[in-house]
Amino acid sequence: MAAVGPLGRIARLGSSICRNHRLLSNISPQRRGIASCVDPAHGLTDEQKEFQEVAFNFAANEMAPHMAEWDLKEIFPVETMRKAARLGFGGIYVQPDVGGTGLSRLDTSVIFEALSTGCVSTTAYISIHNMCAWMIDTFGNTEQRERFCPDLCSMEKLASYCLTEPGSGSDAASLLTTAQLKGDRYILNGSKAFISGGGDTDVYVVMCRTGAKGAKGISCLVVEKGTPGLSFGKKEKKVGWNSQPTRAVIFEDCAVPVANLLGAEGQGFNMAMRGLNGGRINIASCSLGAAHACVQLARDHLLVRKQFGETLSNNQYLQFKLAEMATKLVASRLLVREAATALQQNRPDAVSLCSMAKLFATDECFDICNQALQMHGGYGYLKDYAVQQFVRDIRVHQILEGTNEVMRMIISRNLLTES
Amino acid sequence: MSGRVLVGVKRVIDYAVKIRVKPDNTGVVTDGVKHSMNPFCEIAVEEAVKLKEKKFIKEVVAVSCGPQQAQETIRTALAMGADRGIHVEVTGKDYEAMGPLQVSKIMAALAKKEDAQLIILGKQAIDDDCNQTGQMTAALLDWPQGTFASEVSLEGDKVKVVREIDGGLETIRINTPAVLTADLRLNTPRYATLPNIMKAKKKKIAKVNPADLGLDMTSRLEVVRVDEPPQRLAGVKVETVEDLVSKLREQGTL
Repeated sequence: MAAVGPLGRIARLGSSICRNHRLLSNISPQRRGIASCVDPAHGLTDEQKEFQEVAFNFAANEMAPHMAEWDLKEIFPVETMRKAARLGFGGIYVQPDVGGTGLSRLDTSVIFEALSTGCVSTTAYISIHNMCAWMIDTFGNTEQRERFCPDLCSMEKLASYCLTEPGSGSDAASLLTTAQLKGDRYILNGSKAFISGGGDTDVYVVMCRTGAKGAKGISCLVVEKGTPGLSFGKKEKKVGWNSQPTRAVIFEDCAVPVANLLGAEGQGFNMAMRGLNGGRINIASCSLGAAHACVQLARDHLLVRKQFGETLSNNQYLQFKLAEMATKLVASRLLVREAATALQQNRPDAVSLCSMAKLFATDECFDICNQALQMHGGYGYLKDYAVQQFVRDIRVHQILEGTNEVMRMIISRNLLTES
Repeated sequence: MSGRVLVGVKRVIDYAVKIRVKPDNTGVVTDGVKHSMNPFCEIAVEEAVKLKEKKFIKEVVAVSCGPQQAQETIRTALAMGADRGIHVEVTGKDYEAMGPLQVSKIMAALAKKEDAQLIILGKQAIDDDCNQTGQMTAALLDWPQGTFASEVSLEGDKVKVVREIDGGLETIRINTPAVLTADLRLNTPRYATLPNIMKAKKKKIAKVNPADLGLDMTSRLEVVRVDEPPQRLAGVKVETVEDLVSKLREQGTL
């Protein structure tokens, strides 16, 4: 029987006497971070602390015990995600009238950071799903919102976001998938690459070309699984993010009703960019969670592992390294939370701040997790220890949602453009 | 019957925290340490909320005794589905000296004031492990008690309780009003949902003083000293039963 809720926790209360077993960090409940300089509860309102508490509990009880298995066996944990949706995690910043939880971007960042300590890959998918639900909520008309959002918020139906193509990654505006209007249908032709959840999800939010070249010719269509002409490529074999399937999404004369157009023709690219601002904060938040978990793991390891007659925690180099990791974590967290606040308030610096936060946090947190692995020595390289999965899972955060190089483009453009 | 249930919830040091004894050996370190709701109290809240959902009772009132932070614990209960809260403010020396006797006097007074049909408590708190509050409360009220409950069912004006005892399971039927204490296997507490956490903000928490209830909070106990348990010493492996017996005799244990 899976150890759920207080029963599992109380059972592990008994096992906490056997602290030797802390080395098997996959099942350690210590990832929550108890009262220290890296405590992610600092600076939050009482209500945000409660949201965070639920997310941490869910991560520790429902996700952490399974994250290694989900990674090894490439399991897409739909039931666990639906459990999360029942708590309100399916449409965190979607409006309540269509089943969302109606929270702020900052609340969302806090939640994803906490969930990520349980499994980065699954949390990252949940954040992508949330972004799709938000897009339909924000840009859809009443009929579309009522048709799609309730099922997405409950995760009765799962969503995927389709922008990237084999020929257009960073240069997203050059996408080639076409949507030709024929009567009351758009006929889609083309393919999308690296689609998270592709093939296993039900609702696809697709950026496609209805007009001329460039950003202004792009529109957004919602395509449902089962539509004739919609097919999928093989499941990709990845270094991490293995609890979500990644496939190409292929359109061959795929006819989609005009009623599935979000907003007006030509507005797609704008929607995509607005969606990505939030998406960047979410991915950065997932990196924060992984780094937080790794700082805890590294700290625990240093207190237990002995070499040269004493615990590693007495070694000044490692003490200093740990201090640097903690400082980078808190700095990243502050930047991500500030970006979330800026986005929520629609501040003029929101776009640059989101780019800076994504750039900084994903880079720094990868470094933190990598250092944590190093501190584990040979054990860090074994799949018995969670630290290697955090490293593998967050490596891709420096690439997707806009590469960290594109983040630099956005920031430098802001600095160098004459106002 | 009022259909009202009082649930006591205690704020304790989180189960995952490594406990440290204060340097002056007067107690354990609580400053800056993570606290949460006692796990058995969570089970008690869950049971009360389930009874309300099944429409056996009408209102769940969460009660906590302590300083301002006790309200956090009440909020968690509200987010799980309790309808309102009562914060009995106990601070400073009174709070440090507060034990089962004081809490049970408070619960008894509130039960009369609120015309409660049932009081559900956790069987014990994970900080002091007293396992006394439920029993004392029942005695003060002269109510029947169903302690170590692993199953509870309301049948009209009686309660059927399956109790986990040393010999196995004991089933009793008691009259209401009654005091129940929750054991581990009674239920699996729900997570608070995000919407419920937000709704909980609007639920009322009334603040009361023990003096308002006419209660004397003086403790009859004095904590003399708090120490860590002695370090467990390594054992010795023996080859035969004869060796074992002779070693035990050497030690004076046999």
